[in-house]
Amino acid sequence: MEWETVIGLEIHAQLATNSKIFSGASTAYGAQPNTQACAIDLGLPGVLPVLNCEAARMAVIFGLAVDAGIARRSVFARKNYFYPDLPKGYQISQYELPIVHRGQLTIDLEGGATKVIGITRAHLEEDAGKSLHEDFQGSSGIDLNRAGTPLLEIVSEPDLRSAKEAVTYMKKLHQLVVYLGICDGNMQEGSFRCDANVSVRRQGDPKLGTRAEIKNLNSFRFVERAIEFEIERQIELIESGGKVAQETRLYDPDQGETRSMRGKEEANDYRYFPDPDLLPLLIDEAFIATVRDSLPELPDAKKQRFITQYGLSSYDAAVLTTSRALGDYYEATVAALGGEPKLCANWVMGDLSALLNKDNRDIADSPVSPAQLAGLLRRIQDRTISGKIAKDVFEALWAGEGETDAIIERRGLKQITDTSAIEQVIDEVIAANPEQLAQYRAGKDKLFAFFVGQVMKASKGKANPQQVNESLERKLKN
Amino acid sequence: MHDQTIARLSAGLAAGEFSSEELTRVFLDRIERFNPGLNAFITVTEESALAQARAADQRRRRGEAGPLTGVPIAQKDIFCTDGVRTSCGSRMLDRFIAPYNATVVEKLNAAGAVMLGKTNMDEFAMGSSNETSFYGPVRNPWDLDAVPGGSSGGSAAAVAARLTPGATGTDTGGSIRQPAALCGITGIKPTYGRVSRWGMIAYASSLDQGGPMARTAEDCAWLLGTMAGFDPRDSTSADRPVPDYAAALDRPLEGLKIGLPEEYFGEGLDSAVARAVDAAIAEYRTLGAKILEVSLPNSRLAVPAYYVIAPAECSSNLARFDGVRYGHRCEQPKDLLDLYTRSRAEGFGAEVTRRILVGTFALSAGYYDAYYLKAQQIRRLISDDFQRAFEQVDLIAGPTSPTVAFNLGEKTDDPITMYLSDIYTIAVNLAGLPGLSLPVGFVGQRPAGLQLIGNYFAEDRLLNAAHRYQQATDWHARAPVAFA
Repeated sequence: MEWETVIGLEIHAQLATNSKIFSGASTAYGAQPNTQACAIDLGLPGVLPVLNCEAARMAVIFGLAVDAGIARRSVFARKNYFYPDLPKGYQISQYELPIVHRGQLTIDLEGGATKVIGITRAHLEEDAGKSLHEDFQGSSGIDLNRAGTPLLEIVSEPDLRSAKEAVTYMKKLHQLVVYLGICDGNMQEGSFRCDANVSVRRQGDPKLGTRAEIKNLNSFRFVERAIEFEIERQIELIESGGKVAQETRLYDPDQGETRSMRGKEEANDYRYFPDPDLLPLLIDEAFIATVRDSLPELPDAKKQRFITQYGLSSYDAAVLTTSRALGDYYEATVAALGGEPKLCANWVMGDLSALLNKDNRDIADSPVSPAQLAGLLRRIQDRTISGKIAKDVFEALWAGEGETDAIIERRGLKQITDTSAIEQVIDEVIAANPEQLAQYRAGKDKLFAFFVGQVMKASKGKANPQQVNESLERKLKN
Repeated sequence: MHDQTIARLSAGLAAGEFSSEELTRVFLDRIERFNPGLNAFITVTEESALAQARAADQRRRRGEAGPLTGVPIAQKDIFCTDGVRTSCGSRMLDRFIAPYNATVVEKLNAAGAVMLGKTNMDEFAMGSSNETSFYGPVRNPWDLDAVPGGSSGGSAAAVAARLTPGATGTDTGGSIRQPAALCGITGIKPTYGRVSRWGMIAYASSLDQGGPMARTAEDCAWLLGTMAGFDPRDSTSADRPVPDYAAALDRPLEGLKIGLPEEYFGEGLDSAVARAVDAAIAEYRTLGAKILEVSLPNSRLAVPAYYVIAPAECSSNLARFDGVRYGHRCEQPKDLLDLYTRSRAEGFGAEVTRRILVGTFALSAGYYDAYYLKAQQIRRLISDDFQRAFEQVDLIAGPTSPTVAFNLGEKTDDPITMYLSDIYTIAVNLAGLPGLSLPVGFVGQRPAGLQLIGNYFAEDRLLNAAHRYQQATDWHARAPVAFA
């Protein structure tokens, strides 16, 4: 029996505003419990919410970036339920009239194909606080610092067909919101998390299977594993004659399984109704136009441009556009060097990225600026140094040992391009290795590399490799 | 001094006839003497009142006094007052000390008004007789067997008994106008959005509106001018300038068109109240107003629509009182559900519980369309009725309440009859319009009120019309004998 999986994701992206969505309290992470909760966040009697316009602007940015409709009029609604870390006894969210309508996101599948994933809607809402269940002598502690933090809930269509696709979509969305500067994307701190709706059906069945919702997945790995487990569970269940229950499940990363949290019968009736404390949010054409004008070039468009403008491969272009800062760095390097886009790409994706990773640094804090990198590459270009030597110079640049030329000068790394000097070294190497010479001349071509190595070693890597090749070839033949 | 209006007291303070401290002591003494019998105040803030009075006197000496500087007032206990218990008439908040001031409190403080204390009210403003208060009922100064009306019954009784020259109230379905009528004073519920709701504990957010209660329209004009205005902390606050209400008071009424809705004079209206209202209308005719008949055909739907919308909003607004962060918490909860259910069952009285249950039901899946949505449609029809009427007339007039004050305990077992006490006032809240009640006579020793309804932001016209009437009559000047 062939099974098809149907997945839809609800992603909560925390918007990168300075203050909360309905109060002036700070949204900074990690403060002492309850020090960033004002009267409004505490839900004191008599307090009222006032919308943080920055949150609305960010939602519009997102909507435009996924080619979605922006509601000229959207409405905040109350989602009513009791929970100790929900101070008002309701969450302010959007229900019937969300700010962002139908949009889409294109993901890259393995093997170079692409797939368009529908985005049903995205709406603004406030986050709840946090319940702390340890260290309170049998009671629970409540931290309301997070209460009122702005969230954008992005709901996808059930267009995803595998755990891999779901993760690809989630990563693409993650990249996009960070790229747009509307979310810091920090998953450990809960800035980007996801609920997955998973169902299976027999191949060709037009009807959707009963879905289970897996709540609060906060890493790409967990999303993949939880969905994979859930697919297996549902298929086994149905094949053994059982029925999938519509329910909410939790993923336990330690056991690697999902467990039932509450069934449909126990589901809350949230009694949504328009929040009378907030007026409908009206967004006019002029505002949308302003936001549209302020949008950065989007990752997909930038990738295409990199391919056509710089002649990069699709892979290189994709890597260099994963973040705005990386793309900017790359373009600044190309501009400073005045060309050689492929060389620049290799260095940005290779040595630079490797050292950034090793030091766990963001590209924005790179100790080597694009101008400095271009300075280094220029010396490769003009054959002052070889590519291999350049790696050492790059590390020196990284360590803050000064500019490229000074480092080359100080370390005596300048490439030897004087043919007679190179030939002298070659002669010495040939003279020192008569046995290998005899073998080479007897037809053991592979020994050519041995001689190159010896020459480079003797010149401390400074001999111009191309010239070494040419001269060596000539001399070995004679 | 205690029988003087705010206008007169303000002039006396300005002329140096007495100090604010002396004046404040007069009212504090009267509260001490009369409040035990009336129960109009939940909290008397004697010390801070005297401190405010002395500060007002100093301010006056510096030449920085405004018209309300040094004038004593009382705050309904629904407005949060920094450092002072703000109970909302409920056991739930019996020990709640607000950590901030409501905008209305802030504005009156800034004007130099002296707060004598916090007045009694129906629990969470839910009631029409002040009998749902955790602190016990308020008695009507005109007849101690009668209710003062509600929910701002403490403010109304305190003003009528001359325990304060003015007070704040809030009005969700008639809670300023009905007690004003039943206690023989003047009160105005402004246009929705005119007075900030920041710090005013919510009952039904889309209907709640604060306003002043005093003996005369002129005093209300002074108070409202201070209380009103845009507040960026309230998203539903109206961002438009506040006119000089006092300056508009003397405008002649020649040519003013007053509409009488036929629906407000039908079955259910007490005939003696009707006679008092008719006499007042006749007086308006004498003052030059033109009286016309108008129709508000959907009036009969107002009470049912209100008792869906207001409970629906209250069921959500009162969810925050869960015993977790502040307010009443039950002893020794055995788990979370027990904490919630017992804290709320113990903290809320019967009427509040009833409305929370009704509202929860009305918003539930499967009922939302039939109740809440339908009620919102009715609300629209009611607004449209008023707008059609205001194409023909400037103001609408009728009785404030179908009867004069009823006896304590008379309607407590019959919520529906109690709800009908607000039959003429509720539609005004549903439409968000301003409404004013002024005393226009008596039935026996109990006062009757006339309600004037204006179009949006026509507070100036309402106060003007009430003031001209009060210049020509003396109902507003009468005092209950025991408190004269």
